[in-house]
Amino acid sequence: MSSEVKEFKIRWGMVIDIDKCTGCGACMVACQAENNVAPAVDGSNKLRSLNWLTVFRLSNHKPFPDHEVAYLPRPCMQCGKPSCVSVCPVIATDKREEGGIVSQIPPRCIGCRYCMASCPYHARYFNWYDPKWPGDLAQALTPDVSTRMRGVVEKCSFCHHRFMKAQEAAVAKGQDPMNLPDGAYITACTEACPNGAITFGDLNNPTHKVHELIKSPYAFRLLERLGTDPQVYYISKREWVRREGDNYLEHEKTGEATKQG
Amino acid sequence: MDYSKPVDAELFPEGCERCSLTKFMGWMSILGVIFLWGLYAAVRVLGFGLGETGMDDYFGFGLWITFDLAVIALGAGAFFTGALRYILNIDELKNIVNLAAVIGFLCYTGAMMILVLDIGQPIRCWFGYWYPNVHSMLTEVIFCITCYCIVLILEFVPLVLENRQLMKRPFIHALAHNFHVYMPIFAGIGAFLSTFHQGSLGGMYGVLFGRPYLFREGFFIWPWTFFLFVLSAVASGPMFTVLVCTLMEKMSGRKLVSWEVKQLMGKVGGTMLIVYTIFKCLDSWYWATDLLAGQGLTFDQMFHGWIYGKWLFWMEHAFLIIPMVVLLIKSLREKPWIFYLMLFLTCASITINRYVLTVQGLAQPVMPFDSWYAYAPNWAEWASCFLVFAYAAMVLSLAYRYTPMFPQEAELNKK
Repeated sequence: MSSEVKEFKIRWGMVIDIDKCTGCGACMVACQAENNVAPAVDGSNKLRSLNWLTVFRLSNHKPFPDHEVAYLPRPCMQCGKPSCVSVCPVIATDKREEGGIVSQIPPRCIGCRYCMASCPYHARYFNWYDPKWPGDLAQALTPDVSTRMRGVVEKCSFCHHRFMKAQEAAVAKGQDPMNLPDGAYITACTEACPNGAITFGDLNNPTHKVHELIKSPYAFRLLERLGTDPQVYYISKREWVRREGDNYLEHEKTGEATKQG
Repeated sequence: MDYSKPVDAELFPEGCERCSLTKFMGWMSILGVIFLWGLYAAVRVLGFGLGETGMDDYFGFGLWITFDLAVIALGAGAFFTGALRYILNIDELKNIVNLAAVIGFLCYTGAMMILVLDIGQPIRCWFGYWYPNVHSMLTEVIFCITCYCIVLILEFVPLVLENRQLMKRPFIHALAHNFHVYMPIFAGIGAFLSTFHQGSLGGMYGVLFGRPYLFREGFFIWPWTFFLFVLSAVASGPMFTVLVCTLMEKMSGRKLVSWEVKQLMGKVGGTMLIVYTIFKCLDSWYWATDLLAGQGLTFDQMFHGWIYGKWLFWMEHAFLIIPMVVLLIKSLREKPWIFYLMLFLTCASITINRYVLTVQGLAQPVMPFDSWYAYAPNWAEWASCFLVFAYAAMVLSLAYRYTPMFPQEAELNKK
C-alpha cells in the first residue's frame, strides 16, 4: 500500500517494439473481448470509452518529406512504485501478489477516482454508466473475468486470469507454478499482435525473452523520471520516438535524465 | 395578540424584528425551486450514474471537487473562530462565532451532499472506515470530515435549542446551558480534526508524484501543500464569515455584528493571509524554477490556451498580495467597501487555487504525446451545487429568523 518500490521474485512485464507496431488496433480489440470490457454508450467520445489498452499516435512533428509517425500501445504500466495504490482510500487496488501485477478489485472500489487523478498514463477507466452488451454479445463474455458494475474504476490486469490458468496447468503437470516457462502465460494483446511487436514474460527470469530485451540500448520506459518504475518497456531505434517517452528540457539528451535520476 | 407583528413573532429572538411570514415564505419558495432543480439533477445522477455529468476519464475530478474544497476552506471560519473564542478566550468573537459555526455546518454538510453524488458507489461510503488505507490522504480526509461534521452538528444544536419558545422548557434550557459549558471541548476537537483534514486535502494533491503540476516535495517538508491548505483555510474562513454576515445585513436591512468585531475578524484572517501569501509565493517560485525542471518540464508547459492560461496563476497570486498589502494599511481597511472587497478577493484567490489544483492539474498532459483537453461542467453538476446553495440559504434564513444567532443585534438596532 505504501508508495515505495516493492521487490518481487517474479516480475511480469511487457516489451513493446514500437518499430514493429503498425497501429492496427488488434491488441485493443483482443483486450476488449478477453476482459469483458463493455462497449461505450457513445463511442465517439474517446474520453469516456473503456480501453484498458489504448494505442497512441506519435508524430515527429516534421513537415513532409521528413514526417514520421509511430504507434504506442499503452496498457497499465504495472508500476513498481504505483502512484495509484498509495492513494486509494479503501485498498481497492494493491500491489502485493508475486508477479508484481497491480490489482483492481471492483467490488471494493467506491468510485472516488483518486487513482485516476494520480495516474500520469491515463491507464485507469471509470464506468460512467451501467455496462451493457447489446444483442447476444453477453453470450460471448469470458467466463473467467468478472464484469464490472457502474461507478467503479477498472484497468488492465495483464490478463491475470491467464496467469492463474497457467499456474493451475503447471500444478497439474507437476511443474513449479512459480517458475513458469517462457510463453506459458501471455496476455491477450501479446497473442493478438500480428507483427509480434509485444513480448511478454518474467523480467527477472533469465530464461524469458523479455529479460534480454529490456537490456537493449533502445529500450525505454514511459515517464521514467517520475519514479514510477513501470514494468512495461518500449523499444525503438528512432531517437525521436524514445524522446517522446519522457519529458526533457531542451538541453537534455534522451535517456540522460533517467539514468541520473 | 399584536397584529402589527408577523404571525410567528413569538418565535423570534428577544428584541429582534423580522419581515412578515408571507415575505419570508416567498423567499423560501424561490430557494425551494432552486433546491428542487438541484434535487432533480441529484436524482438523475444517483439513478443513472455519473455519465449524467460532464466529467470523463481525463477529468475524474471537476466542479464538484472544486466546490467541496472551496466550501471546506471557506467554512474554516467555524473551527478557527471557535478555537479563538473558546480556547484563546477572545471574548469579542462571541458576537460572530454562532454565525461562523452555522456557516461551517452548512459548508461541511453541503460538501458531504456533493460527495455522495461524486463517488461512483455512494452505498459503499462506509468502506473508508471498514477497509482504510492508512497511507492515503483521502482516508484521513474521510475520517476527519465525517467526525468534524458531527462536531459541527453539536455546535449548531445549542443555537437551535436557544430559540425563545424552546428555552421556556426547563429541560431544553438546561441542555442548551450544558452544551455551552462543554463548548470549549467541542471547539478543541473541532480545531484538531479540521486542521488535519484541511491539511490532508492539500496533501492529497501534493503526494501525486505522477502529476508534475501538483506534486510538491523537497522544500520544508513533503508534501507541504498540507500546510498551505491549512493556512489558506484559516485566512479565508474568517473573511468569508464576515462577507456572509454583511450580505445578511444588506438583505435584512439590519445591523447584526458591530464594525469592530468585523475588523477583528479581518485582522485574524489578514494575519493568516500574510503567512499564507509568503509561503504560497515561495511554493510557486520553487515549483516553477526547481521542481518542474527536475521533471523535464518548464513553467510555460503548465499552461495552455485561454482556459488554462497563465492569467489564472497571476490572478490567484495578485488576489493574495493586493489584499495582504491593503489590509495592512489602516486608512484603507477602515473604509468598508475596500475592506469587504479585499476579503472577497482573498476568498476568490482560494477558490481559484482549489480550481487550478483540481482541474488544471489534471488537464496538463504528462505524457509528451498526449494532448490538452478541456473540461466544462454540465447542467447536472451546476444544479447540484445550486442545490447546496439553496439548502444553505434556507437553513441560514431559518436560523436567522428563529434563533439568537447575533447577540449584538438587539443592541445595534435600538431605535
